[in-house]
Amino acid sequence: MSIKIENLTHVYMKGSPFEKKALDNIDIEIKDGEFVALIGHTGSGKSTLIQHINGLLKPTSGKIIIDGVDITEKKINLNFIRKKVGLVFQYPEYQLFEETIEKDIAFGPKNLGLTNDDIVKRVKRAMNMVGLEYEEYKDKSPFELSGGQKRRVAIAGVVAMEPKVLILDEPTAGLDPKGRDDILGEIRSLHDEYNMTIILVSHSMEDVAKLADRIIVMNKGKCILDGSPAKVFNRVDVLENVGLAVPQVTYMVKKLREKGINISKDVFTVEQAKEELLKILNKS
Amino acid sequence: MIKDITIGQYIPGDSFVHKLDPRVKILISLIYIVDLFIVNSFKGYIFIVAFTVISILVSRVQFVYIYRGLKPIFILVLITAILNMFMTGGVNPPIFKWKFLVVYREGLIMAAFMTIRLIFLIVGTSLLTLTTSPIELTDGIEKLLNPMKKIGVPAHELAMMMTIALRFIPTLMDETDKIMKAQMARGADFQSGSIIQRAKSLVPILVPLFISSFRRADELAMAMEARCYRGGEGRTRMKQLKLTNRDFIASACTAVLVFISVLGRMWWH
Repeated sequence: MSIKIENLTHVYMKGSPFEKKALDNIDIEIKDGEFVALIGHTGSGKSTLIQHINGLLKPTSGKIIIDGVDITEKKINLNFIRKKVGLVFQYPEYQLFEETIEKDIAFGPKNLGLTNDDIVKRVKRAMNMVGLEYEEYKDKSPFELSGGQKRRVAIAGVVAMEPKVLILDEPTAGLDPKGRDDILGEIRSLHDEYNMTIILVSHSMEDVAKLADRIIVMNKGKCILDGSPAKVFNRVDVLENVGLAVPQVTYMVKKLREKGINISKDVFTVEQAKEELLKILNKS
Repeated sequence: MIKDITIGQYIPGDSFVHKLDPRVKILISLIYIVDLFIVNSFKGYIFIVAFTVISILVSRVQFVYIYRGLKPIFILVLITAILNMFMTGGVNPPIFKWKFLVVYREGLIMAAFMTIRLIFLIVGTSLLTLTTSPIELTDGIEKLLNPMKKIGVPAHELAMMMTIALRFIPTLMDETDKIMKAQMARGADFQSGSIIQRAKSLVPILVPLFISSFRRADELAMAMEARCYRGGEGRTRMKQLKLTNRDFIASACTAVLVFISVLGRMWWH
């Protein structure tokens, strides 16, 4: 189950005065089981890119091959893509519409044409995966919940379709710190325990550093950096040039190095910083 | 898809037409529409066409935008033309007859007139909205309705409602687009199935759309109150509407057009 994007270009409103090139010759390959973070400034083309992977947008030119099938072909069955790739939009709680949480989560599986037994099973599993107690929540209205819980229901709605790849567009936007940590924890477990391939769009370098195995940086429709967090966060100059940054703790480590303290360059999370500092303190 | 609708779209510019007082523009548009129905000869329409084309040229709005405004009403024009063609009776023997379908010469002329009238009605009103920003438009309407306040017409409230409605058209369209995509990502299908199935498939769009509209309305009301909005009483404006020479020239041109049309109706018929 791999995703291969070849020479993908997308032009919005082609042929009108408002023409805009949103994606410019993108080439990316994402392997099975990777945890990829997609970062970039607003308007860099991240959202356009992820909508292509889900088949919601058709490219102006280029190919997207999922599991050996080119999904940009005209005759492709959309349900085929939806079974493989799940997409959670920004503020997904605004798409909730059913009377009960159970019904809302069942919407996706129902559209896939599953039997009732299968649907119930999947709803239970999905709620479990995002940390919602089935018996407690199934008959509640999704509109009674708190923001963070609503978002979990919405994510469960996509997870219930049991995609191999889950794409999340800023899943923590607008949540309080506790809600943010909870959601990120659930995403982590979806990756670690259920072996989902995750593509996470985020603005928080801290979250990205903590979670991702690989970071893709986009700017003006182009993919400008692609690699491990260590590789990407070492290019502070490039990142700052396109309006991004490295995690705060990495700046602190840089300052320490300038002061002559011999600490490793590759520190991107608070946890790593703690260990490195302890090492140095123990030595002296 | 939904973004192709151009009604109410404003194209910024600083042409003669753009700079006209909105009140004058609205009145001219109304008179122009009435004038379309005064004229009842092909010769008379030559002047209407000339007036319209010159207005468009002066406004420097590209013809593409006007054409786009016309596209959605094409079917309507066609149906009107066909109905007029067959439904109008005449004194002379019919020029075409097949079973119950009868066409008289008068019917053909009537169909042509209605087509011209409808097309130019849309062209004229499109030009108004294309060259007048929604704010100016509602300001103009408010001012024009002001005298009606005495008989209890809430002019300011009406204008404010229109401003808000216009303001939210693009927002709601974006929102609809987003929700549609989100539901499509969950496997919703809006294109296939029977009419009932398709109507049902709109529920997952409409419910979230209503909820977010209510939320937005609530937030907007709060934001307006936070900025001390308390209705139109005693409210002043940053941009005062003032008549200039431009407005008199435009009004004079319109007056000439109406004059020719009225004379034409008497002479050419």
